[in-house]
Amino acid sequence: MKPYRRPISPLWWTKKTSYTLFVLRELTSVFIWAFLLFYLVQLSHLAQGTDEYLAFRDQRASFGWLLFHIVALIAAVYHTVTFFNVSPQAIVVRMGEEKVPPAFIVGPQYAAWLLTSVAIAWIVLR
Amino acid sequence: MAERTITLEVFRYRPDSEQEPTFQSYTVPYREDWVVLDALNYLKDETDGSLSFRWSCRMGVCGSCGMMVNGTPRLSCSAFLKEYYPGPVRVEPLANFPVERDLIVGIDDFMNKLKSVKPWIVRDKEQPVSEGEYRQSPAQLATFKQYSMCINCMLCYAACPVYGLQPDFVGPAAIALAHRYNLDSRDQGQSLRKEVVFSHEAVWECTFVGECSVVCPKDVDPAGAIQQEKALGALDLVKSVLMPWGSR
Repeated sequence: MKPYRRPISPLWWTKKTSYTLFVLRELTSVFIWAFLLFYLVQLSHLAQGTDEYLAFRDQRASFGWLLFHIVALIAAVYHTVTFFNVSPQAIVVRMGEEKVPPAFIVGPQYAAWLLTSVAIAWIVLR
Repeated sequence: MAERTITLEVFRYRPDSEQEPTFQSYTVPYREDWVVLDALNYLKDETDGSLSFRWSCRMGVCGSCGMMVNGTPRLSCSAFLKEYYPGPVRVEPLANFPVERDLIVGIDDFMNKLKSVKPWIVRDKEQPVSEGEYRQSPAQLATFKQYSMCINCMLCYAACPVYGLQPDFVGPAAIALAHRYNLDSRDQGQSLRKEVVFSHEAVWECTFVGECSVVCPKDVDPAGAIQQEKALGALDLVKSVLMPWGSR
């Protein structure tokens, strides 16, 4: 007798919120990739001198580019937060018989993120 | 006062007479202390003796009665009807597995994968009984105890979209059990397991959806075990590149 194999819908990821959030997390990497590509192009213009860079920047002073950067920022923040939050499952530190609480794994990552952001802001804005 | 009832929509597949499965609705008495398995046993005893499903211990230990209850993998012996009242409650066989009959799935694939990771203590050479037992401290036990709680119920496979889409994926429970033995201070079999565990079909197929750990009735956290084995696999790869003459 033949076992029955149930088909999987291409929309399987819409059937459960956790699956949808997972697919969104995976999709964030597309925006991060696009932003990094943009950043590399920006750097290559910067290497060609101030005038070239300012011309490149002014050409991109439009609502569309602003929207792209906002979406890329939201994607990067979502990716970062979800990455930090699951990290205690991957990083296990033991003190004798006990596991170090998850907050001790997640906390330093947020602290490093904050310190790096403050350092970059200080360099850019001073 | 009329007795309260609840409707069960049960997946039926009778391969001797049907090409395709159907859903059959049954009404059963609603009791606050009944679980879905109690309702199925009531149906089998009182209404339809042809309904087929697996069960054994009725106390969340044997891992036999896993089913999809309203789309979520659950042990039907611990899914209370009151969680779903007033219903209906949709009961299906575990997702991602071939259906043999009604709520019974084929588990050959899982059993083969489980065996492939050698989930037992491997010793290079067994020491004679006269030398005593392999001793272990509480701290050494604590490193793997969580993963030894797996009851092979396969709920994690039913929750894993990667296993559904890529049936060659070794899967959560098998990798978690490989991890359990790799962490065991008495075991010396990590090098034998790594060919399977560090393969593309094992840890590297996992995209960390995390649902396996959410549905696990024993808090094994197979998703965590897989990520930890990924780290060991990456380290092993680096070592093999930097020290190709190293121990194999």
